[in-house]
Amino acid sequence: MSMDRPVEEDAAAGEWVLEGIAHKFGDDVSTDHIAPGRYQHLRSQLSEMAKHVLEDADPEFASRVRPGDFVVAGRNFGLGSSREHAPTIMKLAGVGAVLAQSVARIFFRNAINVGLPVVICDTSRIQAGDRLRVDLARGVVADLTQGFEVAVMPLPRVMLRVLQDGGLVAHIKRHGRLAL
Amino acid sequence: MALTLAEKIMSQRAGRPVRSGEFVVLPVDLVMMHDGTGPLTIRQLAAMGFEGPRDPQKVVLCIDHGFPSPRKELSNDHLLLREFAQRTGVRFHEGGSGVCHQIIAEDYACPGQVIVGADSHTCMAGALGAFATGMGSTDVAAAMALGEIWFRVPESVRVEVSGSFPAWVYPKDLILYLAGQLGADGATYQALEFDGPAIRAMDMSGRLTLCNMAVEVGAKAGLVASDAVTRSYLESRGRGDRWCPVEPDDGATYAARITVDAGKLTPMVAGPHRVDRVVPVTELKGTRVHQVFIGSCTNGRVEDLAVAASILRGRRVAPGVRLLVMPASRRVYLESMKSGVLADLVAAGATVSPPGCGPCAGIHLGILGDGEVCLATTNRNFQGRMGNPQAQVFLASPATAAASAVAGVIADPREVMA
Repeated sequence: MSMDRPVEEDAAAGEWVLEGIAHKFGDDVSTDHIAPGRYQHLRSQLSEMAKHVLEDADPEFASRVRPGDFVVAGRNFGLGSSREHAPTIMKLAGVGAVLAQSVARIFFRNAINVGLPVVICDTSRIQAGDRLRVDLARGVVADLTQGFEVAVMPLPRVMLRVLQDGGLVAHIKRHGRLAL
Repeated sequence: MALTLAEKIMSQRAGRPVRSGEFVVLPVDLVMMHDGTGPLTIRQLAAMGFEGPRDPQKVVLCIDHGFPSPRKELSNDHLLLREFAQRTGVRFHEGGSGVCHQIIAEDYACPGQVIVGADSHTCMAGALGAFATGMGSTDVAAAMALGEIWFRVPESVRVEVSGSFPAWVYPKDLILYLAGQLGADGATYQALEFDGPAIRAMDMSGRLTLCNMAVEVGAKAGLVASDAVTRSYLESRGRGDRWCPVEPDDGATYAARITVDAGKLTPMVAGPHRVDRVVPVTELKGTRVHQVFIGSCTNGRVEDLAVAASILRGRRVAPGVRLLVMPASRRVYLESMKSGVLADLVAAGATVSPPGCGPCAGIHLGILGDGEVCLATTNRNFQGRMGNPQAQVFLASPATAAASAVAGVIADPREVMA
């Protein structure tokens, strides 16, 4: 057991270091790209909708992504519609975390609420196919393929609390209120 | 302590002075969901262990995104929503009533309120001096369950608009111009506060258009002070007693100030596939269009349809172009019917569809074919937005849309009407 991790985070420790392969996307990937409106009829069958995740940004992504892989994007990831189905189907498709230079506000909240970590960092040097290790507790992304590290912008405390509880549903079930 | 509009409304609801950058839990006055986001919201509410909302009178549920239902899956979602409405007593608006944001403006929003909705364009209600913002289904379920939700008090960008709009130039052109200037993430996490003589002189319909598109530059809210225009709008909707003044303080601190002379604006168009790829209409003149869509929460109001009719009256939609008109609400539909505006549009060749969101969100009605081009008065033109990633969407005002429908190509309303 690692000794450098604070004791109170042990319960979630398994979740705090993620490893996977980078899938690269550009700037301004909208929730329409992630979960197109033409699949609105699948909103009550999210595992079906997940087969189309990110289809309008990369039609091959859904068939290529493996559990634990990362979506690595540029600026303003997740702009547009409030559809929470977007981060939900990313999670269902196995995406371990979203790494981006910046994220749009509603997507940011939604991703944390459904337990999909959002890692805001300099993604410019990460290449498609690189193996990454994301240490959420230390706030560091290591590119194991290229051998460099980048620092992560810390999450606001309220979002960290929600993420640590496993999402907003779990948070409210646990506390019966917003315990932020 | 001098406060911005956002700080002022949030301080009032917090019961203590709050400043930008603070995280606060605020009581919510109104919670909104629709058939696109409502089923998930209801499931998340149940997953949290709640049978229904804390106060059903504060919850508005609209069927607008997939109505009349084009598929059995959506029909089944509607069944779930109707059952929930019946069981819990929330304020339910059946399909055909209108786009949720238009219903919130017409029937619910009041100055000084905090409103959250499971739709990004919930920010439209900021035109009435309410702090209104979009959230996802789980946040909205939490707000329904608890009657409160957390916010980060935003920094504000003050947009000061002077002068008066030239003929055939509208608030839509102003917000497209601003989107072009700020970029799609230019105001992320911030509030846009519109003020100045041109805003004070602007009717509620125009203010709603501005605030509707605040989210297109990443903003969490678009806000206009509550003034005499707000008061007379509320009076016209039977809520005059709910009016109260909400003004920003002199000397409030803004993250940025932008000044615009409305008199210098021209008709603007956003090109595919970015809301911030904005140029004057003159640069796109002659671009072939296959479909023109006039409608949506952004520009489907009585005033918008009247402008379109003033251009189409006595003219014909060009051969090879489909003109789709969708009133933003049943009230807009009826009023435009009584005034003869819809008759003028239909006589010119328009197809009028029932109030809703279908074409704008690519769900149903008016889905584009491969390689087709649509000029729309809506708020988004992301790839695939109108149902086909192989199609292109341009965004413009109802006047530019009507002029283009007549010309069969993107056209400048000032020239068509010269």
